[in-house]
Amino acid sequence: MAQSQQTETSLSIALVGSGGTGVMTAGSLLLEAAANAGWYGLMTRSVGPQIRGGEAAALVKLSTSPTCSASDRFDILLGIDWKNADRFAGEIPLTPQSVILGDAKAGDPPENLAASGARVHTVPLTSLAGDISGGRPNMIALGVVAALAGIDQENVVALLAKKLARKGEAAIEASTRAVAAGYEAASAIPSPCAAPSLKAPQKGRWMINGNQAAGLGALRGGVRFVSAYPITPATEILEWMAPNLARLGGTLVQAEDELASINMAIGASYGGIPALTATSGPGLALMMEGLGLSVGSEVPVVVVDVMRGGPSTGIPTKSEQSDLNIAVYGFHGDAPHIVVAPTSVADCLFTAQWAVHLAEALQSPVIVLSDQFLGQASAIIDPPADLTFFARRKVAQEPGESFQRYAVTADGISPMSIPGTPGGQYTADGLEHNPRGTPSSQATDHALQMDKRARKIAEFDYGDHWADIDGEGELAIITWGSLTSTVREALDRLADDDVSVRLIALRLLAPIRQEKLAAALDGVSRVLIIEQTHGGQFHHYLRGHYDLPGDVKSFHRPGPTPLRTVEIVEFIKNWSDQ
Amino acid sequence: MTSASTSSPAPRPADFKSDIKPVWCPGCGDYHVLLSFTKAMAHLGVQPHEVAVISGIGCSSRIPAYTNCYGFHSIHGRALAVATGLKVARPDLTVICAGGDGDGFSIGGNHFLHACRRNIDLTYIVMDNEVYGMTKGQPSPTTDPNWDSALTPGGTGVSPFHPLVIALASGANFVARCFSGDPNTTAKVIAEAARHPGFSFVQILSPCATFRPDQKEWRNMVRDAPVGGTDDPARAARRIMTDDGFNLGILYRGSRKSYRFSVGENKDELAAIEGKFTL
Amino acid sequence: MSLKDKIPAEMEDLPAMIAHALAIEEEAGERYADLADQMSVHNNDEVADFFRTMARVEKIHADKIRDQARGIALPEIAPWDYRWRDAESPESTLLEEIHYKMTVHHALKLALVNEQRAEAYFADIASKTANAEIRAMAEELAEDERAHVKLVEDWLAKHPEPATGWDEDDDPPVHQD
Repeated sequence: MAQSQQTETSLSIALVGSGGTGVMTAGSLLLEAAANAGWYGLMTRSVGPQIRGGEAAALVKLSTSPTCSASDRFDILLGIDWKNADRFAGEIPLTPQSVILGDAKAGDPPENLAASGARVHTVPLTSLAGDISGGRPNMIALGVVAALAGIDQENVVALLAKKLARKGEAAIEASTRAVAAGYEAASAIPSPCAAPSLKAPQKGRWMINGNQAAGLGALRGGVRFVSAYPITPATEILEWMAPNLARLGGTLVQAEDELASINMAIGASYGGIPALTATSGPGLALMMEGLGLSVGSEVPVVVVDVMRGGPSTGIPTKSEQSDLNIAVYGFHGDAPHIVVAPTSVADCLFTAQWAVHLAEALQSPVIVLSDQFLGQASAIIDPPADLTFFARRKVAQEPGESFQRYAVTADGISPMSIPGTPGGQYTADGLEHNPRGTPSSQATDHALQMDKRARKIAEFDYGDHWADIDGEGELAIITWGSLTSTVREALDRLADDDVSVRLIALRLLAPIRQEKLAAALDGVSRVLIIEQTHGGQFHHYLRGHYDLPGDVKSFHRPGPTPLRTVEIVEFIKNWSDQ
Repeated sequence: MTSASTSSPAPRPADFKSDIKPVWCPGCGDYHVLLSFTKAMAHLGVQPHEVAVISGIGCSSRIPAYTNCYGFHSIHGRALAVATGLKVARPDLTVICAGGDGDGFSIGGNHFLHACRRNIDLTYIVMDNEVYGMTKGQPSPTTDPNWDSALTPGGTGVSPFHPLVIALASGANFVARCFSGDPNTTAKVIAEAARHPGFSFVQILSPCATFRPDQKEWRNMVRDAPVGGTDDPARAARRIMTDDGFNLGILYRGSRKSYRFSVGENKDELAAIEGKFTL
Repeated sequence: MSLKDKIPAEMEDLPAMIAHALAIEEEAGERYADLADQMSVHNNDEVADFFRTMARVEKIHADKIRDQARGIALPEIAPWDYRWRDAESPESTLLEEIHYKMTVHHALKLALVNEQRAEAYFADIASKTANAEIRAMAEELAEDERAHVKLVEDWLAKHPEPATGWDEDDDPPVHQD
């Protein structure tokens, strides 16, 4: 291996190819092999519009510490072929220190990738694959990049044996030989960086994507009914939950549309079973009336919105944070409810579980704002903590003569009777009602119920989970969701340069926590609000509900291009120019 | 019913009626439907707390609160979705879905199709008065195309929806038509519908006194269907295609299997599920 | 076959006869009570009071039959297995004849029709049955109903038909949900 760059704590590799070359499989194996060698990491994907055979890019980021942000630049780009790969240029930033590898037979890399000044080397992927019976170019590629990343060949070979076991010996043999050929070919390529010395991998780490984590969090939280209508990029939550729910005695029903799925979930929940559905922006829009019913009738329900580019059909396969407005404001009437957002892939598990707990405890809808970046990113995470946020609804076990379903209580939460319980009969209603549940248009009843429903949400103790707050400084960054990791890493870099910035990443978007944010902003005179929207939704939301110090700047950009750590560092360093 | 036993006494129809007085217009057919419902439930021998009545929005959708059962007065057109979720989550309950022709066949039309397809074990009662009553008299999907209204002067000119045809074609397992003015026969059909496995659909012609005074004539226009119900969907289809909307009785009693789902068998495998993610 | 053309089969035995007679009075009472509630909700107190009176009267009739039937085991009959001439028991007021602005006159007319139907029902059974016990009871009940008819007719005389326009409402119907 030729001389390397300075020791980096992260290494990013992009694999592109088309027509079913299997770059996703190769990328996934790379990530897992790296994890077994002690790396943390993240894999995201980018695809063309075709269902099959389209151009695809597997974007793998390896890191010595847990990471959940997009790479600032890619050290290695390997193209199995270059067909339509120019579409990925914006997502694969390269520098003159980067290396572009390709098969000479596939021609030159696209102009907009080569323009980076990266060094180009050729590797005869197709002919090497051709020399092996059953050999495939993506396995050659895997060997090449794994070698350049400094991963022991044993790791990759052991992984292949495990992953290809059900395809049989011949498949394992062919892939192993292909990977070996890749390792050999790599020895002729100068590596763009030295592999850091990695600690022995902590036992019990997981490889999981945000959608799976959200589904698992919901199961941990007690969800046992899921209604499902497929929509990109949320479908994987539903497909993962279908068999796993059944193993826990739960069930999933495929609905005919989102109008059905939200109402099915509400029906199941009315029957006493914690219920959930998952969707994306267009589906959430359809569910709004149902969510209002959940508020008015005080029936718990959880909806996971895996946000994608909007508005309307938008960009289904890309991430954005532009469903904030509909999540907090989309209800007709005054409809206090809860909106939470995970801050990382690992946090999808905690936040989904917490959402179920909140929905059940507060008899309210809870919208979980995940996004395509988190949902479809596979990450290496530390084993999650075992938390006992198990669904706990206040239930009237033995309702007597005087039982009133919507009784006004001190904390605003009225014990609910579950169908099947003698003496507890009531009619849940979206119509405004009196404490017994009888429809009422009286001012006193409306005021009582509105106050009660608002109070239960506003006065609940959400604990420290409402936000992640780190660091000190008179400059604070307020952000949320998938940008949290990116901001965190920016702040780590700034700290290396003695620039101290406080991070406030909201996990609880609604209800507002005025006192808590005021405390978090103590000593802060400058605020930067960072979000992935075109219209600055988060900025306006904060301004509308919170007191902010005088010097406030907003850094917002819609999808599909992810915000990068380097951009945030630059923004802060050049604060007065912004 | 005599009951000297110490177990729960057999319920009487009055046990299924709540103390809340309906606000339906005097003369409304829905009063009869409420009566039929209470007689049917008492005859089935279920207890009021074991029954859930789910409705949408509209005059007939007010019915849950007038019963002494668990109820959910949900949103326009979505009652079948709510009922489906409830029945799947709580198969032990007797779930009755109720509503009108606008709620069920217009905004609720899509859910109606799929509920018939899915064949979940529930009973859907539609009180059909061929009008939107609660919003003051617009045509509904079952209204005659020539019926004049403020919203559609001269009539809609649109061919009406035929609920029994749609139910049969979509796979409902029990299909019947009743007339509210014969509450005893209607009670009998509701009881049989509830007992019949799978999705049971009962259309009840239920006149609207305020916006369709012409429907007072229905009493003289309905008749018992010339033949009894069949278990052959093709035969039922032939009969219903020449039906004029006034033949009463059970059209079809099918034997399709109810929607299959697994609930309750908790294999307690959370640890195994999580193990799949461990490196 | 329309609902008007039902021809009941013969009454089986005396207990069945009693069960039918009892059901007639109980259902009549329940129907009048329902109608009273409907009228109350629609702010027609005069007619509500009338129907409540009728409900009380029918309860007295029902109690009387129950007393007479003490010691006799009555059959359990499903609601649809009763042998009525019409869709419902003869004293069940037809719900479509109700109007929220009806007067006591109209209510009395309905009550009259109920009693007349009941009389015709029992007379019909009496004339068709071969069972002496049933005939005796049916004749007695028919006689009772004739007396009720007279009472209602007298009452009706005190409540003449109102002038046309009694059902006019200047206000249009109201949107609700």
